Amino acid sequence: MSSPPRAPGSVVLCFMLSALGAAGFAASYVLGLSNEALGACIGGAFAFLALGLARWSSVISAAEPQYVEERSVGPTPQPEYDAFRQALTEQPVPRSWVLWGSLGTAVAAIGGAALFPLRSLLPAMGTDPDAVLSRTPWKAGLRLVTEAGLPIRATDLDLGGVLTAFPEGLEPREHVDTTTLLIRLDPSVLDLPDGRRDWVVDGVVAYSKLCTHAGCPVGLYADTARQLLCPCHHSIFDVATGATPVAGPAPHPLPQLPLGTDSSGYLVARGDFSGPVGPGWGNH
Amino acid sequence: MLSLLTRALPRPRPMRKLDERLGFASAGRTILAKVFPDHWSFMLGEIALYSFVFLVLSGIYLALFFEPSTAMVTYHGHYAPMRGEQVSAAYASTVRLSWDVRGGLLVRQAHHWAAHLFIASIVLHLCRIYLTGAFRRPRELNWTIGLTMLLLAIFNAFAGYSLPDDLLSGTGLRIFNAIALSIPVVGSWLGFLVFDGEFPGQEIIQRLYIAHVLLVPALLAILISAHLAMVIRQKHTHFPGPGRRDSNVVGSRAWPTYGLRSLSLLTAVFAAVLLAGGLLQINPVWAWGDFDPTTITAPSVADWYILWIEGALRLFPPVEFHVFGLEVPNQFWPGVVLPGLIFGMLYLWPWLDRRWTGDSEAHHLTGRPRESPLRVGLASAMLVFMAVLLVAGAQELIVQWTGWTVESVRNVLRVLVFVLPLAAAFMGRWVAESLRRSDLDHAVELGAKDMRAGLRRAKRSQAQ
Repeated sequence: MSSPPRAPGSVVLCFMLSALGAAGFAASYVLGLSNEALGACIGGAFAFLALGLARWSSVISAAEPQYVEERSVGPTPQPEYDAFRQALTEQPVPRSWVLWGSLGTAVAAIGGAALFPLRSLLPAMGTDPDAVLSRTPWKAGLRLVTEAGLPIRATDLDLGGVLTAFPEGLEPREHVDTTTLLIRLDPSVLDLPDGRRDWVVDGVVAYSKLCTHAGCPVGLYADTARQLLCPCHHSIFDVATGATPVAGPAPHPLPQLPLGTDSSGYLVARGDFSGPVGPGWGNH
Repeated sequence: MLSLLTRALPRPRPMRKLDERLGFASAGRTILAKVFPDHWSFMLGEIALYSFVFLVLSGIYLALFFEPSTAMVTYHGHYAPMRGEQVSAAYASTVRLSWDVRGGLLVRQAHHWAAHLFIASIVLHLCRIYLTGAFRRPRELNWTIGLTMLLLAIFNAFAGYSLPDDLLSGTGLRIFNAIALSIPVVGSWLGFLVFDGEFPGQEIIQRLYIAHVLLVPALLAILISAHLAMVIRQKHTHFPGPGRRDSNVVGSRAWPTYGLRSLSLLTAVFAAVLLAGGLLQINPVWAWGDFDPTTITAPSVADWYILWIEGALRLFPPVEFHVFGLEVPNQFWPGVVLPGLIFGMLYLWPWLDRRWTGDSEAHHLTGRPRESPLRVGLASAMLVFMAVLLVAGAQELIVQWTGWTVESVRNVLRVLVFVLPLAAAFMGRWVAESLRRSDLDHAVELGAKDMRAGLRRAKRSQAQ
């Protein structure tokens, strides 16, 4: 080694600027300055530190040769390896299948037993996911209400109007699968599947708001084309023909909710949706 | 005079005392003299490491203010439009962290930017390892550890940005739920296991929180240690050059040149994410609103590292069929099978490469990318495939710019997702061949003559 290189002024300057940035950060914090000021100061402090260190490193490396280090990776020589094997399998450890087998059984049993508490992560015993996914709390006679909980008449919707509705008395956020989209159409354009003619009240049709592809709320309605669009993966459904998918990845129509009115003229469900709502699942 | 000089030199007394107890000096000398290659591309993995360090430090700070709970609370804070509103504790604490905790927004935004840098640098590091053939024997195991860390990083970034319980991330969780449900036979049980019931359940924020702040970071720390231990044991690969052999490493020593350079990189990473955190807004959750499972933001565009799955979900045709009476839902193919195939192939790559090239030798001297036109072609195809999926994930922006219909943009992308990767494979291979035949350093220097020569070569090797 020759004499060490002297400290370059540029490096010292960088370090000083770095300290200044840190002080600026502390001052900005105390004064309650903007997020931009905080970020610029502390980011600048680190940037000057980085610059100084990089400069320092390059000053040193310019004076240094390329170093060479030998690499000694490879298999251990056979005798040494054999000695290792022998130490591993030496006398005090008997080669008994019964002994090793019973140890293996104990370890596997403990591992298996440790899986049981994971069951507690699932909903309570007796809950069948497939049954839960297959139906919603909608039932005959249950009123449709707005998010604010107000009952709805068909005439509350203008022609081409859309409204998100929920079952009366249930917390919407806890029963997401009940989320329903009401759309009022001119009854003459409706071309619903057989048996659903009387599921409509004054041109108001009700569909599940959850996309049959990945379960996103089908939030965009274009009345000119009478189409619903899901913003997630751009599936498009034709509202007049039973929300059949006309484009995009959704494979099924949006399930329809049979509508009726109660004695006061408010909209009620006449049963559950025409099929499971939301995305399909694997053991369905 | 001489004695005065020696006395003036600092004597490392505490270090000597420590050495008296531990006797580390000779091992320490070996470590200080360890040689690292000088090429810049060897620093990509270090950027990932230092991003992780920043993520842990900033994450600890954030965890002191964040409340992982979906219990409804009333927001009282500086953000006026939300004052008095009933929102979840997770959302309220994130908004409070951003608007009321001094310095909180800086740390939150820097944390988010650091997550982007973490994943991006892992991906670039993976490209370097792949293109130079550094995954080959004896580094197959470290390749699989690296891939596992990439998966964990993507998962943890997703978990992290789902925590604020805002409308955008809630939509992401819903799609995650639909993908979990789609797995044959176990789907509904798996979905219920993760979400504690039907979406959204009551527990998902708490569960993601534990995964995000404890489980995954601990796993990453273990894997990083194993990754680095193997690098130290096997030593770095290096590029060919005078005096460079399989049996040595040529470069700078750990101390001081390399150590200072690496420290400089650490501070540069901190500088980059803190500057970004201060100056560039990211994920303003107060603008999205709190999560309401019955509504949605439009447009809904996810972060890039999972956006490719979104793109695949959008482009996949609406097919669905039954096997043994069980439904195989549509989202299973783009949501589970495609990522499974991509990562499965990456995991198996060292062994597939060995089979196709017939080369099972140990390599420490790596090639330049051009030396394997096959790998360059495949990497180009893969990256372009992912890029088309990313574009598909943000196709509403194209619809806005071009004024075309959603359907026509989708159909164009459905064609491009196959055509462009094929073109890229050919182009990548061609450029690599041309470079290999020329003595040029960079692809930008290639002239028409070199390219024509490369084309002849590419044709001949294809015919063989």
